[in-house]
Formats: sequence, C-alpha cells, structure tokens
Amino acid sequence: MNRPGATPERPRPDAEPGPAAAPTRADHCVVALAECFRGDGEILANPIGALPMIAGRLARASFEPDLVMTDGEALLVAGPVPVGVEGAEKVVEAWNPYRTMFDVVWSGRRHVVMGASQLDPFGNHNFAFIGDWDRPRAQLLGFRGAPGNTINHPTTYWVPDHSPRVFVPRVDVVCGIGADRARALGAAGRFWHLRAVVTNLGVLDAAGPDGRLRLRAVHPGVTVEEVREATGFPLPVADDVTETRPPTADEQVLLARIDPGRLRDREVPGR
Amino acid sequence: MSDKRCTDDEVVAELADGMTIGIGGWGSRRKPMSLVRAIARSSLRDLVVVSYGGPDVGLLCATGKVRRVVYAFCSLDSIPLEPHFRRARQRGAVETFELDEGMFLLGLQAAAWRVPFLPTRVGLGSDVLERQRDRLRTVRSPYDDGEELVAVPALELDVALVHLHRADAAGNGQYLNVDPYFDDLFCRAARRTFLSVERICATEDLAAQGPVQSLLVSRLWVDGVVEAPFGAHFTECVPDYPRDEAFQRAYADAARDDDAWAAWRARYLDCGGHDAYLAAVGLG
Repeated sequence: MNRPGATPERPRPDAEPGPAAAPTRADHCVVALAECFRGDGEILANPIGALPMIAGRLARASFEPDLVMTDGEALLVAGPVPVGVEGAEKVVEAWNPYRTMFDVVWSGRRHVVMGASQLDPFGNHNFAFIGDWDRPRAQLLGFRGAPGNTINHPTTYWVPDHSPRVFVPRVDVVCGIGADRARALGAAGRFWHLRAVVTNLGVLDAAGPDGRLRLRAVHPGVTVEEVREATGFPLPVADDVTETRPPTADEQVLLARIDPGRLRDREVPGR
Repeated sequence: MSDKRCTDDEVVAELADGMTIGIGGWGSRRKPMSLVRAIARSSLRDLVVVSYGGPDVGLLCATGKVRRVVYAFCSLDSIPLEPHFRRARQRGAVETFELDEGMFLLGLQAAAWRVPFLPTRVGLGSDVLERQRDRLRTVRSPYDDGEELVAVPALELDVALVHLHRADAAGNGQYLNVDPYFDDLFCRAARRTFLSVERICATEDLAAQGPVQSLLVSRLWVDGVVEAPFGAHFTECVPDYPRDEAFQRAYADAARDDDAWAAWRARYLDCGGHDAYLAAVGLG
C-alpha cells in the first residue's frame, strides 16, 4: 500500500470542532471497531470499554440499526446513548441481568469486544495473569467470560497499545481460544469466530496461514513495517492491505452525540 | 414462622476453619461486608471462598483467612483489579480454582439441584480446562451427537452469605436494585444461608415495597437474618446508597505496603463490630 501523505496539523484546543476537523487516530480506531459489527443484524453487540462502546453505538446509529446493546449493566437500551455521561437519559428495551447474559452468550446471539493483555500468532488470548499460575508476576482479570465467549459466538479484540508485550509468541495462559485450538476441537469448535483484532495501529483478521493473525488494514499514518515491528512474532500481511477509512460526515455528527467528551482521544491519544 | 434474627457474631460462631463460604453480590456491588469484616476479625482460617469477587475476597485474603479462592474475576468495578487479592496472588499466598463466569453459574446451579455436575461447551480448548484437568473433567453426550462437554462440578457451599435490601424476621429476602446477581443461587447451593439486610420489616410490608419479582429469596433457604444498615458499605447498595468511591480508593491504596495495610486495618477493622465501623467511617 502507499504511504499516506502528510496529515494536517491538529486543530488547537480552542478551535471550532466541525466537519472540517481532521479525524484523529482514535476516530479511525472507532470506525475500524464499528465496521466489525457490520452485517451482525439483530444480535447483542457487547463492546467492553469506552472506545469499543462508542464504536458499537456508532455502528447501531448508522449502518447496523438492529443491534441490541446494554447500558453497561443490567439493561438493554435503545438509541445513541452517550458514553461516559452521568445520568444520561436511556430508553429501556429489556431487562438483562448478569445471569441472562449467559443465556445470550450460549445461544450465540452476541458479538463481544474484549481487551487483551496477550495474544499469540493464532489469536489465543490472555487477560487472566502474567507469569506462573500459582504465583503470577501480575494478577490481572482472571478468566472472566473469555472461554465461554470465544467458543460460543463472534469475538473481536481491542488493543489500544499494539506492542511486542501484547503480541507474543506464546501467551502465559489461554483464556479465549485461538484458531489452532478451535480447529483441534473439531465440531465442538464450530461456533468459534475471531472477527478481528483492532489496535491503535491497524486491523488484523484470522485469515493468515492456518488461521493465523494477519494484517488486513492500517490506520492512516501507519506503515506495514511499523505494525510488524510492534508485533512480537512474524506477522503475515494481506496482499491488499487497506487503509482505515475516516468517519463520514454523518458519522462525525453522531460521534459528537455519542462521545461528547471525546473519551476516545484519551484512550488513544494523538493523530 | 420462626424468628431468625441474629447478630454478626452469632453468624461467625456457626462457621468453622476450612469451610467453603459462598459470598453473594458481584464485584463491588451489594457485598455482605459487615459479615465479611466479622469473619476478618475472627480466628477463622483456611476458608475456601467462592465469589464473583470484589472486596470480600480482597479483605479476607489480606487478613489471612483464605486457603483457596474459587473465582472468575476479582474486581472493584471502578478500580478494575482488586489490589489486595492481587497482592495475595502475587505472593503465592492463596490457591485458586479458576472458572469462567458462566461455569461458575453452572457450578452453583448444580449444587442447588443436588446433581454432581452440569454440562457445557464452555472451557473446551481453554486453559481453564486444560490446566485444571485435576479439578475439571469432561463428559460425553449419551445421545447421537456424542459431543464431549465440560462437566462443571457442583460448587457445594457449607455456608452462603448474602446482602439484600430488605427481609422479614423469618428470612424472606428482597432486592430493590436492577440485578439479583446470583444471590438466590448462592442460597440454594449452600447447606446454610445467612442474610444481612439494610432493614428488617414486617412480612406484610414486603410486597408493598417492590414488585413480587423483587422477593428473591424465600425463608425456605435462610437460616439467619442480620439487620445491618450500610451493611454493604463501601460497595454499592442502590437505591439505598451508591458505592463509596473515596473510601474504596483508600481501601485500595492500603494494599501498597504492610504499613499502609496495618493502619487501615487498625482504623476500620480492629475498631470493633459494625456499629464501631460505621462510627469510624462517619456513618454512625
């Protein structure tokens, strides 16, 4: 792919935001994550974390209107509810307490976006702990719902800090399962679907050799070489690597409603 | 109907070293903290704690009460990782039985239904199964599909501790927030259950305080009820009170070293029972 040309200067903080404002890196990350929900239809889109939540709400408000989404807790809510706004008005569609979430997960009517502390070449995932099982160097989240999510419905990972610390040759413990493990299960792995890994640098999919992670797109201003250098294992690259599109004018208007505080820029700073 | 009202200390007197204790709530939400603190102050040890973990697990780990934690996560919600639990894990001070959140639900349900396991696809291919084959086994479907499934073992509890908003003196318990979490399942998975509640009320008031669906736990499953206003503090117990975020931050900060923990412990734990705690916190 061609290296993109010079990008315009970032507007000063007091500059009027508007359609002319150049999209930030975070805007591209939001668009890339939103695109992961395209075609999902009437399923529970369950992005976890502020930036993925913004992306999910954007997808629903624009091109994927049948998506069902939570308020982050026990309710399913309609409309482009703003993210990170205390006391925002919400239109309740249904009650979805924690235990009901497992009915949704195990039915397959869900697409989750999870964080990842480590991912290996096949997309095996860890966010439980780093180091030994009995005495970890760093205790993290635990297995949470990763085993059940990955074997039951589509999963996308969001990595805001693409680096060799995250993309490792071997994860310390497998929480969510990758392509090799899903394939080894045979029929029992039939619901496994790693949709994408969206990072602050680009988008990976599971279409490399034998289901390995593969670079599919880079965000504007990022080179393929940069992504490879930030990955701790040899990364296959698609023949036709694309560039993440910016938000459309309509999407920019929606984003101003969904993320009025620009929380997304805090998660992924800079251009 | 029997009057099951009792005190924190009477509940602790029913517990013994090595018991498996299930604790209701979720993360830093509606945790029976007054009962947890009573255990933390006691001489009990070697407990197996089964919890959708929050500061209940952290506090019991920090006070050396725990042999093993059965968990899927341990979080303070607004502080994603429970620092006292992390510290115990990183010191190798507690064993774990690691579960997926949904496996955890099945384990409680199996215990509640008095069956040895419940089958699921969850765990296949993951290290939650592959590295715990000593504790988790698989079962083959006896039907034509012949599929191999994980047999999640029943999480049988000696005692369940649950905090609800209201109950009558007989142990009919009511929750008034949007999520029952797994509290009724904890009660049903346990040989004995003790509730703490914000307020004990007359039985005839229960149905007037909320929809009948809010009457989560019947006295069938309850052995004792402790009235503990602010009993879930500093975890959230909406609509009665939100999480005390400032206090939670101070609790989390106390995990930074032994001196900080000793100071927190002296002020908020060794100060005495629930009334003394509320006074120390400024709620008394």
